[in-house]
Amino acid sequence: MEVKKMAILREEDVILARQLVRKMAADMTFNLVDQTRLATAVSELTRNAVEYAKSGEIRIEPVKNRVGREGLKIVVSDNGPGIADIEQAMTMGFTTSNGLGAGLPGTRQLVDEFDIRSSLGSGTTVTIVMWKR
Amino acid sequence: MIIPILKIGKNLIISIQIPLTDQQARQFQREVLEEVARTEAFGIIIDITAMDVVDSYMARILSETAINVQLMGTRAVIVGIRPEVAVTLVQMGRGLADVATALNLDQGLAKLEKTDVRKGAGRGS
Repeated sequence: MEVKKMAILREEDVILARQLVRKMAADMTFNLVDQTRLATAVSELTRNAVEYAKSGEIRIEPVKNRVGREGLKIVVSDNGPGIADIEQAMTMGFTTSNGLGAGLPGTRQLVDEFDIRSSLGSGTTVTIVMWKR
Repeated sequence: MIIPILKIGKNLIISIQIPLTDQQARQFQREVLEEVARTEAFGIIIDITAMDVVDSYMARILSETAINVQLMGTRAVIVGIRPEVAVTLVQMGRGLADVATALNLDQGLAKLEKTDVRKGAGRGS
């Protein structure tokens, strides 16, 4: 399967992005719970891009590890203001918007691998991976 | 109305059949509260059987809506949470806090009759 990319510009794109990820996960025969985890994680990450950065991009890539296990790697990046204190942003309940503060820490709980890079003025990139069970 | 609100007897039934953007979710919440006040409903059921994703924002809107309705004096039950949605919400560190839930519409309606709103509004069980 090929890499898919999509711009995240409006609230509607949050829904489209999570539907696209679910479709790709279903095509790769991820189980229903994992499809739902991935779709929910993407919903959280793309919402952040719309909310904080006003625009961003999602890249969804089917990957294989060294022993041939299949997975989906998803990168959500934006060129927004960046996060001043990543540790604080990863704390449950912390928020600078009208959200719950469960977005980033909650997303980390849902996936197998989670990486966040951000610097003030140059945006935020979150990479997640889920492996097929 | 963003989501049709049906009045059946003394209760309102609201079935969310489409994914909502954040803005639409806020509109949904506003319209439910207005309709509860307008119809002086005894109870409401919010059916989310069709929702395949409930993320942290939607979870917040749903619990807030139910808690607001209960504060107004009307009973509220959320029904039809799919197994995979429940698993995901719990793993994210959220259930639907302080909200009464039921498996389906039938059991939700039965729960509306049983729920004693005087005993701590918003408590599930």
